[in-house]
Amino acid sequence: MLTTQILYALAGCVLLALGVRGALLHASVLLRIVAINIMGAGVFLLLIAVAYRGPGLAADPVPHALVLTGIVVAVSATALALALARRLQVERDDG
Amino acid sequence: MINILSSILILAGVFFYLAGSIGLLRLPDLYSRLHALTKADNLGLGLLIAGVALQSQDLLIMLKLLLVWLSVLAASATSAHLIARQARRQETGS
Amino acid sequence: MNSAGLIVFDALLLLSIVGLAWASLATTDVRRSIILFMALGLVLAVAWGRLLAPDVALAEAAIGAGLSGALLLAAAHGQPSPLPPESTNAPRNHGAAGMGMVLRWAITLLCAALAGTLVWALLHAFSNPQHDMLPRAISANLAASGVSNPVTAVLLNFRAYDTLLELAVLLTAVLGTFALGQATPGYRPAGLVFDGLVRWLVPVLILTAGYLLWAGAHAPGGAFQAGATLAAAGVVLRLAGRTRIGLPVGFMLRMIMAAGVGVFLLVGLTLLLLGRPFLGYPPAWAGSLILMIETAAMFSIAATLLLAFLGGQPESTDVNAVANRQREEDPRC
Repeated sequence: MLTTQILYALAGCVLLALGVRGALLHASVLLRIVAINIMGAGVFLLLIAVAYRGPGLAADPVPHALVLTGIVVAVSATALALALARRLQVERDDG
Repeated sequence: MINILSSILILAGVFFYLAGSIGLLRLPDLYSRLHALTKADNLGLGLLIAGVALQSQDLLIMLKLLLVWLSVLAASATSAHLIARQARRQETGS
Repeated sequence: MNSAGLIVFDALLLLSIVGLAWASLATTDVRRSIILFMALGLVLAVAWGRLLAPDVALAEAAIGAGLSGALLLAAAHGQPSPLPPESTNAPRNHGAAGMGMVLRWAITLLCAALAGTLVWALLHAFSNPQHDMLPRAISANLAASGVSNPVTAVLLNFRAYDTLLELAVLLTAVLGTFALGQATPGYRPAGLVFDGLVRWLVPVLILTAGYLLWAGAHAPGGAFQAGATLAAAGVVLRLAGRTRIGLPVGFMLRMIMAAGVGVFLLVGLTLLLLGRPFLGYPPAWAGSLILMIETAAMFSIAATLLLAFLGGQPESTDVNAVANRQREEDPRC
């Protein structure tokens, strides 16, 4: 158990909770998408903190691989969400 | 010796970053803020990179660091130009 | 390294991470929120470096801070300026302002409870001795994986299934955006200064992508970082108002989009036919097979991310495709 691990993991929890709150409370779709991305950042922070093994020691590569794919999935999900948001706007403007 | 020299360079770089950031917060308008930010930060980054390059003692890494600095120089100069031009356009009313 | 100095550094870094996230979520100005989110991505990249995760740091700097921000800003382009505070404080869909207030506090408390539960679970998990079975298994088998970067070994060899399915997720996401509509219109041509930057920046980005792809075998890098860098070159070209941004059209575009999943599957199935497990590379061939899969994956990832930035199916300049579309729109002919 390392202080560094705990500190960064705590920050990850805070980011996750802030992101959930923002995603639930914001009225704007774009702001909600930003909030969901911040939720994701919190999860990544948690995972990378857990992977840390201390200075001079190699970190656990499995969570690193997970986060790496997670970042790419997050950006493609964001793109899909933005496309949906734009389509919603078009439908609203037409209707 | 190299450690002392590189520490001095890095500290000088941090000083310029600090100056640039204070300028960003304290200066009155967009143009002077851009001026503070891009000029001071570019010099700060240059000093920082020189300090780090001294630590590496590997020609290939030094060249990579130089490429980083040149890229940031070009990108920040271009973005400062774009921001200033856009602001100018909005002021003159288009 | 001096550990007291390191703790001060950690504290400053974590304060800026939480502060930036807070600021990005507290504002109702969409552009402000996005720019703060991009800054958060950059600071997070520093945190990944601090936690000895350079592979993740590279991906975060290119994608989390760069591409995500570009995507969101492009989406915010047509948005109106921030609404006056009184109209945004109470969300439209919750009737009376008092009710909205109660709901906000309830949600805030629930989120605090969520964070509390997570922290409790984490401290519980941390209080047990950490078992290093997985990292030890990885370092024991790294020599047989064909690469010496453990993250690449996990992604392309030990957990290659996950990466295959992830590429399928990317393909699905981009097909989803295609289903939702056409690409957004491009930008007006750049001025002399920006165009000058583009002229040398794009080749440097392409070179960097190739380097990252190659370096991924033994150092931080790999298909994801390389693909993101390549996509960034396309984004820069598009922002500079170019109509040709390196994406092929029609059949070739579909081939490139599917190349990552396709090559991955082909390798896996060929190995099955040769009597090996699915994606169980023979150690002598592992290095070359991984490089082959990663090259295809890099092009697919780059095309996917660039198409994500376009926000839909690109307007085809191909004569056949245009004719096909007209035929689809008019069922009589």
